[in-house]
Amino acid sequence: MRVVVCIKQVPDTTEVKINPETNTLMREGVQSIVNPFDEFAIEEGIRIKEAHGGETIALTMGPPQAEEVLKTALAMGCDKAYLISDRAFAGSDTLATALTISAAIKKIEEKDGPVDIVICGKQAIDGDTGQVGPGIAVRLNLPPLTYVSKVREINPEQKYIIVERLMERGKEVVKSTLPALLTVVKDINTPRYPSLFEIKKASKKPMIKLTFNDLGLREDQTGLKGSPTWVNKIFSPDLKSVSGEIFQGEPEECVKKLTEKLLEITKGVSL
Amino acid sequence: MSYVKIDKNLCVGCGACVDACPVGALFMEGDKVEVNDKCNLCGSCVGVCPVNALSIPREAKKVDLSDWKGVWVITEHDGKKPVTVTFELLGEASKLASKRDTYVGAVLLGNNVAFMADELFSYGADRVFLCESPVLEHYRTEPYSEVIVEMVKHFKPEIILSGATTQGRDLAGSVATKLETGLTADCTGLEICPETGNLLQTRPAFGGNIMATILCPNTRPQMSTVRPKVFPVPPKTDKKGDIVNFSFDFSKLNIRTEVLEYLPFEEKISLADAEIIVSGGRGLGKPENFEILKELADTLGAALGASRAAVDAGWISYEHQVGQTGKTVRPKIYIACGISGSVQHMAGMKHSDIIIAINKDPEAPIFKISNYGIVGDLNVIVPLLTKELKKHLGS
Ligand SMILES: Cc1cc2nc3c(=O)[nH]c(=O)nc-3n(C[C@H](O)[C@H](O)[C@H](O)COP(=O)(O)OP(=O)(O)OC[C@H]3O[C@@H](n4cnc5c(N)ncnc54)[C@H](O)[C@@H]3O)c2cc1C
Ligand SMILES: Nc1ncnc2c1ncn2[C@@H]1O[C@H](COP(=O)(O)O)[C@@H](O)[C@H]1O
Repeated sequence: MRVVVCIKQVPDTTEVKINPETNTLMREGVQSIVNPFDEFAIEEGIRIKEAHGGETIALTMGPPQAEEVLKTALAMGCDKAYLISDRAFAGSDTLATALTISAAIKKIEEKDGPVDIVICGKQAIDGDTGQVGPGIAVRLNLPPLTYVSKVREINPEQKYIIVERLMERGKEVVKSTLPALLTVVKDINTPRYPSLFEIKKASKKPMIKLTFNDLGLREDQTGLKGSPTWVNKIFSPDLKSVSGEIFQGEPEECVKKLTEKLLEITKGVSL
Repeated sequence: MSYVKIDKNLCVGCGACVDACPVGALFMEGDKVEVNDKCNLCGSCVGVCPVNALSIPREAKKVDLSDWKGVWVITEHDGKKPVTVTFELLGEASKLASKRDTYVGAVLLGNNVAFMADELFSYGADRVFLCESPVLEHYRTEPYSEVIVEMVKHFKPEIILSGATTQGRDLAGSVATKLETGLTADCTGLEICPETGNLLQTRPAFGGNIMATILCPNTRPQMSTVRPKVFPVPPKTDKKGDIVNFSFDFSKLNIRTEVLEYLPFEEKISLADAEIIVSGGRGLGKPENFEILKELADTLGAALGASRAAVDAGWISYEHQVGQTGKTVRPKIYIACGISGSVQHMAGMKHSDIIIAINKDPEAPIFKISNYGIVGDLNVIVPLLTKELKKHLGS
């Protein structure tokens, strides 16, 4: 089995705060991290290799410093990493990103051999779109299996996979031929922590860089030029500020007042 | 390739853009701003510049988009009935279509689903584009996306909306890539420019910390997935419309997936449909405290919600999470207990009709959006409230 895991470096959005005076992002102390959903993708990629043999390859597209997330993936147990980095990719939206990554995966197939499974996270926490995975699947003509919460069975000989997909009101069990693309949700596994030994070993593993010229794409297909969507405006969320009635003091008194209000407003609501 | 363009003659050195840049690419050099190679042209800085000194270099394209007409909604259904977000989108599509003087189309795919067309008309569709086949019995990305792509190429809609549900996002991602057009995820606001037909798609990003308005000016259709419960369901009318039957040759498809079974969750009252939600956060302190919330919820016939902090702590399962990465809800009453009111949480519940907060910290941000609230310890307040309500409701 050859598995490719797509991972993204993102700002840790739990640390991002808005400066209420200027309405802008405050970045001080904000770390770059592996997109949390992609940690589950890495873990699942490694588990598949451990169960069925073969290799797990980590891939990221981003600025040179995105190499950091590949180091994490190698330390967790991936065998090889590809950094897809070029100024020509700056400003890519999900369409251009998916195209660039799929071209890189084709390149990886030329170098390393056919890929059986591509794994993405459910979504990246900076853009929150979840569109890149399905986009890659279309470009590589792979069946997309999104929101996977469990891999039930992989059969490398008969080339099929059975997964559970987490939907709003239930789980769907789907069988698909291989090769296939998976996007994974949090429930799928618990990512491992790399040991010191593995971190050391990781620095000897191959880290391969691919640039625009390696991918055989046209200039108008990547970066800003290849992106149909434009960011028009950025602003901070307006929260309706209501001057509500906030009761303070004796709990019994407060509860009495709130109950009155509740009974009033629930008149129209079926209890 | 270039970086964000800075007009040094205009720059007043206020530094607003430096604060706005999420990747730290902008810095002050003397009294003017400079950019380094971290710039990924995301555009966050452009709008905050008070003197319009920043721009993203774009090539103006001359493209004729006049063939593209109509606002489409992709119907999501369970075989028996469209899901609520479909009606919400039909309401929104009607508004957009009237500003563009065009029609509202509903795409309806499935096996023996034509009977749903009347309901789609009654919520605003002028035309229903129908394709029926046993192949379409269960939703599967490949056949559904292929049919829709062929429909789009044939009828050329200007806009396509679908719900930002697991199914809607999965489908839209495939369709947009096949059509090589823009797709904006998880929109919470839609406006249209009546002249150009450009859709201004507003959505949260960076975990809800910022809002972005996205355009797709040079390609059609413009596609968006839209969060459920953000727009209201429009009033039902007795409007009628036309069914357009679309035939598709499924024999040419090589479908590689098969749905083996579907395992529905057991839920008493689903969060999505509840009129009242009682929600708990980190302030509960321990898992057992969900019991006191449950008692309040049962008294009111409410569903149980939670903040991510409570879910991450393992006190309650993920299905109950409300917010940016959980569910968006729009109940008549939302009671937040021991929830501080982070932007990510509020992104999922701020559209509730009435918000009530119980929190011991009078400064908690949740109070800013609350219609009523009590400052106090929830361990005391919640049981008291349950008792008081039981007295009046007689149960
Ligand atoms: C990308 C991203 C996505 C996210 N998505 C979501 C999401 O979908 N949903 C979500 O909820 N969060 C989400 N978060 C997390 C969010 O940022 C907050 O961390 C979270 O909402 C905090 O939950 P909380 O309000 O329960 O906890 P806290 O912020 O810790 O607040 C606890 C509150 O309880 C009060 N309290 C404590 N003890 C008592 C008591 N005895 N009686 C009364 N009050 C008491 C405190 O005063 C405090 O206000 C997301 C974050 C990121 C980065
Ligand atoms: N620049 C990137 N490099 C590698 N993988 C990416 C990149 N962007 C997105 N992905 C993958 O696609 C998933 C969904 O991202 P998104 O569509 O941006 O929400 C992520 O969880 C990653 O697995």
